[in-house]
Amino acid sequence: MRQIIGRLVVWAGCGLALGQAPVRAEAPGLLAIQDARIVTVSGGVIEKGTVVVRDGIIAEVGAAAAVPKGAWVVDGKGLTVYPGLIDGLSTWGIPQAAAAAPAAAGRGGGAPVGGPGGSPAAAPRSWGPQDRPGTTSWVKAADLVKLEDRRIETARGAGFTTAVTFPKQGLVAGHGAVVNLGGETSGRMIVDPGAGLYLSMTPSGYTGYPSSPMGILAYFRQLWIDAGYYRLAKAMYAQNPANVKRPDYDRALEGVLEAKRVLLPAASPVALERILKLASDLKAPFVVYGVVQGYAMADRLKQAGTPVVLNVKWPTRERDADPEREESLRTLEIRDKAPASPAALAAAGVKFAVSSDGIDAPKDVIRALKKSIDLGLKKEDALKALTLNAAEIYGLAGKLGSIDKGKIANLVVTDGDLFDDKTKVKMVFVDGVKFLPPPEAPQTGPGGVSGRPSMAAGEEN
Amino acid sequence: MRALTLLFMLAGLAAAQNVTVIQNGIIHTVTQGTFTGSIVIRDGKIAEVGEKVMTPLGAKIVDAGGKHVMPGIIDCHTHIALDSINEGTISVSSMVDAGEMLNPDSKSIYQALAGGVTTANSLHGSANSIGGRNVLFKTRWGQNADGLLFKQAKPSLKIALGENVKRAGNAQGFQMPGTQSNLRYPGTRMGVEDVIRDAFTRAREYQKELKEYEAKRARGETALPVRRDLQLEPLVEVLEGKRLVHAHCYRADEILMLMRIFDDFGIKGVTYQHVLEGYKVAKEIAARGDGASTFSDWWNYKVEAADAIPYNAAIMQKKGVLVSLNSDDASGAELMRRLNTEAAKVMKYGGVTEDEALAMITINPAKQMQIDKWVGSIEVGKDADIVIYDKNPLSMYSKVEKVFIEGKQYFDRDNDLTARPKVEAQKKGLMQKEKETEKRNMPQTRRTS
Repeated sequence: MRQIIGRLVVWAGCGLALGQAPVRAEAPGLLAIQDARIVTVSGGVIEKGTVVVRDGIIAEVGAAAAVPKGAWVVDGKGLTVYPGLIDGLSTWGIPQAAAAAPAAAGRGGGAPVGGPGGSPAAAPRSWGPQDRPGTTSWVKAADLVKLEDRRIETARGAGFTTAVTFPKQGLVAGHGAVVNLGGETSGRMIVDPGAGLYLSMTPSGYTGYPSSPMGILAYFRQLWIDAGYYRLAKAMYAQNPANVKRPDYDRALEGVLEAKRVLLPAASPVALERILKLASDLKAPFVVYGVVQGYAMADRLKQAGTPVVLNVKWPTRERDADPEREESLRTLEIRDKAPASPAALAAAGVKFAVSSDGIDAPKDVIRALKKSIDLGLKKEDALKALTLNAAEIYGLAGKLGSIDKGKIANLVVTDGDLFDDKTKVKMVFVDGVKFLPPPEAPQTGPGGVSGRPSMAAGEEN
Repeated sequence: MRALTLLFMLAGLAAAQNVTVIQNGIIHTVTQGTFTGSIVIRDGKIAEVGEKVMTPLGAKIVDAGGKHVMPGIIDCHTHIALDSINEGTISVSSMVDAGEMLNPDSKSIYQALAGGVTTANSLHGSANSIGGRNVLFKTRWGQNADGLLFKQAKPSLKIALGENVKRAGNAQGFQMPGTQSNLRYPGTRMGVEDVIRDAFTRAREYQKELKEYEAKRARGETALPVRRDLQLEPLVEVLEGKRLVHAHCYRADEILMLMRIFDDFGIKGVTYQHVLEGYKVAKEIAARGDGASTFSDWWNYKVEAADAIPYNAAIMQKKGVLVSLNSDDASGAELMRRLNTEAAKVMKYGGVTEDEALAMITINPAKQMQIDKWVGSIEVGKDADIVIYDKNPLSMYSKVEKVFIEGKQYFDRDNDLTARPKVEAQKKGLMQKEKETEKRNMPQTRRTS
């Protein structure tokens, strides 16, 4: 009666290069991973147990969980099941090539989403906050996500099942989305289209005001003041349309008012103080991202009660730097201590997730955390950073981040400890649908697989 | 007997915990003469100054025998420790706050401290007619940005005239390398006047709207409030005397132009910065009760800075202008480390007295920034911001030995010198460690590259 799921023909990127819809056998609605080691994250480790998945939801988990009749079964002997990993701040799912073309902004209209890629001549000149420089707060990652983004498959291969994906061009780039890295349609992938509004301190997409960090901070403040005023004006107009002037529709302010939370960047303790002051003026719940010197920010972050998305692309010495160049003690210290940040944050009790920002191979996110584990980070904390913490930060702890009954069946099955370099991801479940990792890219010189003709990509399964 | 003495000493220690006495120094109070004596510092304030003072048992003693003691130097115009200085894309950038850019890790703070500067005013740059808000801070090296701020002080705003301001609006004018043409009004000195008048006119209207709204509310009428405008708010504060103005200027005609604007708008509390032609309009500056902050002998770096003389500070002073000397340092504290010798030059060119010279870098800038209640001289009740020099500070051979801010020692020359090898060793250690790690990872990186 029980069929072995391994016999299924599972697609993994097959045919994508040819522009066809993914071909896949019917996924079983009911399946069980039996006799596996289960790392639930929320409730410890079950050395030998079963996870039952029904219609994409975890139906049962435990040492004594029974395999229901009619379920497809994965023999879990020698395998470990983790919750699917979450990239806490990502661009996965938003095809990069498309992001560079203004047309891809969709509802963004004429907004310069191109940034550095776009021609500078096209960038509008901003003369003040009223020009809403670099602001596309109406853009939603949920509208930009494409199943066809090839990075989705690579990420899944490393064990990631979810990414919190953001548009990143401009000062107020747009709304992020919590995206499951698999599904039959792009729309199916979206878990939450309102993850938060992404604010950046890097000017792009315009010339003129603001050009300095202090100008950018002042702009954010004025934008939020304007949004608050807009809300008030709309409410007063609704109550008394005969006597109150009808407020002009402003899509930038509409986008600001829609934000459940904002994401603010702070790499260093000094930047953090600025951001905390800004956040208290904006009066919006916020998440700090781009943290590099976490080791020196832990206490302040704890005190502020702020969750963090940590950059795990640890700073390194410039590769072709002048060997004679004298570097300051501070610079050397930052490079030395940055990988110890996760341990410091965990010790201080700061809730932190990690970001793939700046990292090309998704597997390197896990490798980077391995380095932190060597420097004193507990494995459980590392795992939490990759799973439950991200879910909690984005208000999705009821749906994602651990192996618990009722949560979305996003699972990673490995043949060993996740942080062991030799460990291989054997399969990944996204919304209860099984995916096999793509075969390891052969060492074919620079560029790897992507360097080969696109037709050849079809052989990836 | 020894135990008893110890007991007394401990008791005294508890009573005099926060007391420091700087003993037997040559004390330049700046406002109350120079004499050999001592300073008692209690809880960060100067408690007693005199030839003979009461030294509480257990107080921390600093022997200043043969050394010169003076109030901490105040730099009225600098740009150090700011992560960004100019928001020059628009002509009125009063919405930005240079204070937000204060970087407590900036080495220039320590350099300034080592030069005896205890209070510094870091200004927004002079790229535009009306710049941003400035930040006044003490060089409490080691504190975070908030801990540096001179919190009691009145805030201030930057205004600038002349070449810096207009060239960005002139197609034939100077352009920063690498920037694209982004012409910005104004392109002439006439336009600068227009921009400033326009801004304060708008601020007046905004102020009026705010008052009208308050009146409506008081009458119980429903009305849409006035949208907060971060650009105009600081200008309203200037109009209401709640914010001081530091105005970057060179030419006499322009200074007169700016004075007419200030007269028309009733703006007081102005310090003219650089003001190299101030000697031509010293009477007019004095008549308005404004201050001037200049250089001793630094000019000719642009056309409008050509008609300058080293007697500027002394002449303005003699005409009744409150005069200070500033550094205008930006990337690092350079001139800031030797403002004492800048003051000495005014003795040579203009013949001011020692006290008058020292006043130009202490009590005068304090008065200009309205912080003389707390700093600027060695007087009872003021903050114990004190510098100890090995020789007369007006000598170019003098060196700063110790600097105290609110009684706490923030700089010690000997400690600095002994710490240097340790820092070097620490650096070497980290570089070594990094090299070893790189070597370990080498084969791997080679293969994948």
